[in-house]
Amino acid sequence: MGFDVSPDPGVWIAALLTLFIFSFLYKDNPLYKFAEHLFVGVSAGYIVVQQFWQVLFPNLIEPMFFQPGTADAWKFWIGAVLCVLLFTRFSAKASWLSRFAIAVIIGVYAGAKTTGFAQAEVVAQVQATMLNLWDPAHIGASINNIVLVVGVVCTLVFFFFSTEHKGPVGGAAKLGIWYLMVSFGAAYGFTVMSRISLLIGRFQFLLDQWLGIVRF
Amino acid sequence: MSWGERLEKLDRRWIFLAVGFLVLIPLLFPFKLPIAVSGPARRYFEAVDKIPDGSTVVVSGDFDPASAPELMPMLTSSVRHLFRKNCKIIALQLWPGGPPLVDGVLHSLGDEMGKKYGVDYVNLGYKSGNEVVMLAFGTSFSRTFPNDYSGTPVKQLPLMQKNDNFETTKLLVNISAGYPGTKEWVQQAQGRFHITMVSGSTAVQAPELYPYLQSGQVLGLLGGMAGAAEYEKSTGVLGPATKGMDAQSSAHVFIMFLILLGNAIYFARRNAQGRA
Amino acid sequence: MSFFKQHLPVWLTAIIGVLTILSFFMPHPLIADPAETLQNWAIVIVASGYVLGAANVLKVNGEDVARRRTNWPYKIVLLASMIGMMIIGFFMSGGTHFLDAGTKFTWAYNNLYVPMQATMFALLAFFIASAAFRAFRIRTIDAGLLAIAALIVMIGRVPIGQWLTKDLPEPWQLPVWASWLLEWPQNAAKRGIAIGAGLGVMATGLRIILGIERNYMREDKS
Repeated sequence: MGFDVSPDPGVWIAALLTLFIFSFLYKDNPLYKFAEHLFVGVSAGYIVVQQFWQVLFPNLIEPMFFQPGTADAWKFWIGAVLCVLLFTRFSAKASWLSRFAIAVIIGVYAGAKTTGFAQAEVVAQVQATMLNLWDPAHIGASINNIVLVVGVVCTLVFFFFSTEHKGPVGGAAKLGIWYLMVSFGAAYGFTVMSRISLLIGRFQFLLDQWLGIVRF
Repeated sequence: MSWGERLEKLDRRWIFLAVGFLVLIPLLFPFKLPIAVSGPARRYFEAVDKIPDGSTVVVSGDFDPASAPELMPMLTSSVRHLFRKNCKIIALQLWPGGPPLVDGVLHSLGDEMGKKYGVDYVNLGYKSGNEVVMLAFGTSFSRTFPNDYSGTPVKQLPLMQKNDNFETTKLLVNISAGYPGTKEWVQQAQGRFHITMVSGSTAVQAPELYPYLQSGQVLGLLGGMAGAAEYEKSTGVLGPATKGMDAQSSAHVFIMFLILLGNAIYFARRNAQGRA
Repeated sequence: MSFFKQHLPVWLTAIIGVLTILSFFMPHPLIADPAETLQNWAIVIVASGYVLGAANVLKVNGEDVARRRTNWPYKIVLLASMIGMMIIGFFMSGGTHFLDAGTKFTWAYNNLYVPMQATMFALLAFFIASAAFRAFRIRTIDAGLLAIAALIVMIGRVPIGQWLTKDLPEPWQLPVWASWLLEWPQNAAKRGIAIGAGLGVMATGLRIILGIERNYMREDKS
């Protein structure tokens, strides 16, 4: 194991910025603040450039101005007007004009979400819960199916607040809470895994691309 | 001050230092613990392996640098697996921060495996709009992405001349960090356009996707760096995910120890206060 | 005037929402073509929204610098880096080829954006460990269930779980417990949440389309 430090100034800048941000773990300090504000500025600049070249230019500006004979050009012009109307939010008097652009977005998203959730989250999930609860030839699968169906029903009972959670309903809701606790525990375990993975990634960069101690 | 009180008041920076060491040491000196392939990861591998060689596959890399350690190995292994089967890849991205990462993987593996851009793979780049892009994309690839990642009109690319919607594709491989991602692809595209799909996702999101796996809406699931390592093992090319699992193991054991220790101190002090 | 300012946008939302819902069921060009046009408009409007947000960042931080508010020197770094990225991306990186390998913009992406974003999120690993020690308290049976599930998944899904229990019969191995927990009881709860959330989203979507819910039309008066 030896050092093979990168000669690339870009890698050195990346490594130093990484260490600046890690310095926050000791305490808040000017190096961290510098990196934090640099990050916000770089991100904001990156987003603007990307939205222009990868969305607005090919989907709006190029068909309008650089492709003569574009079919249904009026559609692009209305799109452009709606985009400009969005910026009226900066003016107190004219900001009501932005409602038209927002109406398009909200209408499309509300429609898309309503059908998407109805099909994928309600119909398909209810259908997948209709399982065979008893098959003497497959006892293990039967128990698993019972666990699943009981869990789904009890979880839904827990979230049903139109009836008081007493008696059998209360019992089902209590079982629903236990299922939810198991799922939150699993989610916590996976969250830990995810966060540690991000740290592993940063250390792999420092050890491999910067210091050249280990190759991943 | 008793040990319990001292530990309860422990400066958290000592914990930070311990985490740092416990992640660093296994990266420098790996234990090489064996990795077992889980059911969902095996199903992911089989779903990709089962599609006919030479099929056209859509790969949606919906992530950014924050999730790269978990998802880049999944993307790399998936693209390698598909290229090995001579599959054609149409790639797109729905997260603004991710396109160069995905493009880098496509080009480096494309060069390594002798694939030609425009014929064997195309990177359409990024579009804003989240699930609306999925809807529009499913209707027409070329009307949603008139140009590719570098600005070349897609109608000039041979692969895109033969593929303009999901009817000619065999699989959607979605590498997802959150919103928009697998949930939205299932909601907006899987049912509407009748596509088969597999998902590689961050560990944070993976538990939420198990209902889709059980219902068959998603055929296979990779969850987090562990899932990426399992898929690397399945494809036979070990990479950064496999090499990170020892560090993952040691960190998890340490956090388990912290949970148990924290609670042991809490109960001991509560009992002591109860007696007093 | 009130019709144009208040009612017309709400009517537009309703018509567009209904058209989008109908396009799910009717592939006929009379419905599908306008729906696709609306989707393309939404894509470019969202992109403009990002640009609007960035313009707001310029405005807010510019004011902070002008009025010498707290941390104003750092805001100069923010503004300079933002404007610098925009200049590089618009004028110095080959136009639509701005993200190709080797451009100045790609250099900035690889050496500034990627390491900083990745490291910001990597900090969470340390905080989750600290929180596990200081805040995770098993005070009730429910919390105990949560803790047991968390520990089984945390150890069972990584190689050390397999290694520790490899000599036990398969049903007693930690990875098997973790897999069972994820595929059955955890799955059931997540599915219950998904169905409930699905019903909620459908209700909210219909409320918005029918004009009952109009909070999105409120403007920010500040």
